[in-house]
Amino acid sequence: MAKSSPVKSASRSLIWLGVIVVALVLILGGGVLFANASWFPKLGLDLEGGTEIILTPQLEGGQTISNDELNQAVSIIRERVDASGVSEAQVSTQGSDNIVVSIPGRPDQATLNRIKSSSKMELRPVLLTGAPTNTFVGSNGKTTPYPSPAPSLQSTPTAKPTDGSDLAWVTPALQAEYNAFDCASLKNSSTNRAPAAKPLITCDDKLSAKYLLGPVEVEGSEISNATAGIATDSNGNTTGQWVVNLTFDDKGTKDFGKVSTRLFGYYSKDSSDPRSRFAFVLDGKVLEAPAMQGAITNGQAQISGSFDQTSAQTLADQLKFGALPVSFKVQSSDTISATLGSAQLASGLIAGAIGLLLVVIYTLFQYRLLGLVTITSLVVAALLTYLVIAILSWRIDYRLSLAGVAGLIVAIGFTADSFIVYFERIRDELRDGRSLESAVEAGWKRARRTIYASKSTNLLAAIVLYVLAVGNVQGFAFTLGVTTVLDVLIVIMFTHPTLQLLARTRFFASGNKWSGLDPDALGAVYRGAAQFRTAGSVSAGKRASSSREAARRQTIAERKQAELVAAGGASEKDEEES
Amino acid sequence: MAATRFQKFGNDLYTGARSIDFVGKRRVWYIIAAVLVVAAIIIPIVRGGFNFGIDFRGGSQFTVSDVKTIDQALAQQAVHRVKPDAAVQVSVTNGTGGRGVRVQTDQLSTDQTKRVGADLASAYGVTQDKVASTYIGPSWGADVSRQAIQGLVVFLLLAFVAMALYFRTWKMSAAAIVSLFHDLIITAGVYALVGFEITPATMIGFLTILGYSLYDTVVVFDKIRENTREDSDGLKHTFAESVNLAVNQTLVRSINTAVVAALPVGAILFIGAFVLGADTLRDISLALFIGILIGTYSTIFIAAPLYADFRDGEREIVRHDKKVLAARAKSPATEAVPTP
Repeated sequence: MAKSSPVKSASRSLIWLGVIVVALVLILGGGVLFANASWFPKLGLDLEGGTEIILTPQLEGGQTISNDELNQAVSIIRERVDASGVSEAQVSTQGSDNIVVSIPGRPDQATLNRIKSSSKMELRPVLLTGAPTNTFVGSNGKTTPYPSPAPSLQSTPTAKPTDGSDLAWVTPALQAEYNAFDCASLKNSSTNRAPAAKPLITCDDKLSAKYLLGPVEVEGSEISNATAGIATDSNGNTTGQWVVNLTFDDKGTKDFGKVSTRLFGYYSKDSSDPRSRFAFVLDGKVLEAPAMQGAITNGQAQISGSFDQTSAQTLADQLKFGALPVSFKVQSSDTISATLGSAQLASGLIAGAIGLLLVVIYTLFQYRLLGLVTITSLVVAALLTYLVIAILSWRIDYRLSLAGVAGLIVAIGFTADSFIVYFERIRDELRDGRSLESAVEAGWKRARRTIYASKSTNLLAAIVLYVLAVGNVQGFAFTLGVTTVLDVLIVIMFTHPTLQLLARTRFFASGNKWSGLDPDALGAVYRGAAQFRTAGSVSAGKRASSSREAARRQTIAERKQAELVAAGGASEKDEEES
Repeated sequence: MAATRFQKFGNDLYTGARSIDFVGKRRVWYIIAAVLVVAAIIIPIVRGGFNFGIDFRGGSQFTVSDVKTIDQALAQQAVHRVKPDAAVQVSVTNGTGGRGVRVQTDQLSTDQTKRVGADLASAYGVTQDKVASTYIGPSWGADVSRQAIQGLVVFLLLAFVAMALYFRTWKMSAAAIVSLFHDLIITAGVYALVGFEITPATMIGFLTILGYSLYDTVVVFDKIRENTREDSDGLKHTFAESVNLAVNQTLVRSINTAVVAALPVGAILFIGAFVLGADTLRDISLALFIGILIGTYSTIFIAAPLYADFRDGEREIVRHDKKVLAARAKSPATEAVPTP
């Protein structure tokens, strides 16, 4: 049987929606079976509790941390925590110099590392490099430690160094200090600092090589963006090695270009000259010190170090949001219960259920059986929202806070409005004297524009706030965005197709007074006007196909009834239809 | 039957047989709006500003370790004995130092801190040295607010441009944004009047209102766009009448949507505030409940009349209106259309 095209496209939409629902269930089910997903969405800090980490600054000697620095640190830590997902963590200060980070669930070591280390990046040229030990093999053949540098040694350069690679930086005192430096001393320290304008003695992060570095030439703050990625070789093939790609800002590009040109000069003369190497120093330790094999003037650099995906991503996040004024250490890490408790969630859900019941009563009252379409659409919307939230919970650690639950309950209003706008447009078209089928199509065309325009405002708000805001506001924007997208999906793929099909059933097409689309009730003012029926532009063929469709959908009792009516006389039926 | 009467009401609004003169009586609505906005600004000033919670201002924190019981109500009582109206957040911690109770409350004076500490110690059956107190900073600090405001400004600018492009006139954007501010100011005023504490949940509520207000206006404006475009070649309605008819035709939708949106929120507000005393729910639902009602109201009574006003005096519209009125004078009106 050849179906008319609205029926075909309506059935296709419903089938696709079914496919989407099944796919989501399979994704989530697969996650539950084979990964650590759960059938239930994760809850936020206020409802489920989590872990409270108290961070305390690692201060050396008389160093102090000012209030401004502490607030700056809170702000940077918040961005670092948020970078890992939408879990609405809380970050605040405690006492005069501690920072409290409250994270839902149990954070892993990678998260802890991401938030606590300063990640101050400095780029310094290499002056000298050597073995990590502070000993030498003396003339007697024995391994002897270098003596501590005598205070009498000259510690100011004889000539003013001309640039960062000038060996005039290496004074006898510095040389002695370098010789006596033991990389093992860096093992438990995270504060190996030298003023930016002075040389620095340090080792690489695996403590396998010792460096004497010139003054800072490019600051970490001159990095405008950092991303983790897999390196490619000169042919564009991936090497499989994780790297961090750096993009410098204008000043950084200029500074880096200048140093790069100079170091490439040393490299051209002697490729093994330590002075051709440039060190990426993170928190006082050398991450990597590659030789400059070309002048880089486009402001792009790459650190290859020895990363895996996690550590590359961690470093990229840290560099992107800037360095903390100091590194912190974890003072305590306690599990913490929910502040709101289950009673609040339960009462929220009870209230939501009561509210929904009222909505059901009101829509049935207003739209009669058409209200059932609204209610079914809301049920489908609820199902989809639940699945999507559960999947997002698993994939990106999305967490539902009480405010989020309230947001979802409000979304009922936004979602139902799509249906209300649509139904009212159909009614308007019926009032203009169209048949139900064409009223559904014409009403949809008009309602669709309105729905797209109004939902776009919501989506715009969601995207802008998600990108620009942090913390709770970001969580709110995320929920708004998800519900808006699902809402439009439901109205296109469920509500409209359902109405297209229903418009072909006898019950609705005949304008039964319980259908909510009764032209008698709606078009009362037009009743009796001759143009009422002629305005309906339904072709005879279409009408025939729709009555076949309706006949197909009849129950046995209805069919028998129809046969009786047909036998009794067709005139009755015509009267009902006109 | 009430439903039928409401349906008849909808039919009459659609055909214009019955019309509520939203645009014509605009001066009245403007005066009401002005009075409400001024009141909403004065109330918080008179009452000494908004009542910002711990999350915004920071406060005092007590940690009681090695507790015998973890009854959270005990902590609340202990704080309220010293400062009856203080907000209290209690949670149970479980760490290296054993089980403990963490109490966060408003900033207390040194004397109050001492008394609360002593009360907590006796309530949980521990010695005084197991109770530590410290100051906690705001978790919704200035940086969070700054970034939220930045986001809002960008959103409003983009929304203004997007609406201007979609509706082909910036005057609709202007009317929509004015009514948006009207809604936010009045909602904030009511909040100040009730004196509920402003929590992050409240702020989320305000953001939702902002979205709802703009959303509702766009839905009604889209009908106005449709009507004024269709009428531009017919001579049935003046511009202001077209706007008014569009508002009337969408009135049933506005009422239904407001009711459907407000019912669940109303249920949360009622249950949260009066039955269970669930603070967060109460905070957010109050802002939402008022916001939904005001947002729907302002689209009809402020945004649409404002738009008609903004367009008033444009040469094309004056010419169109003149033609309509002239045609009407020639043949007595066949349809009852109230003149604004």
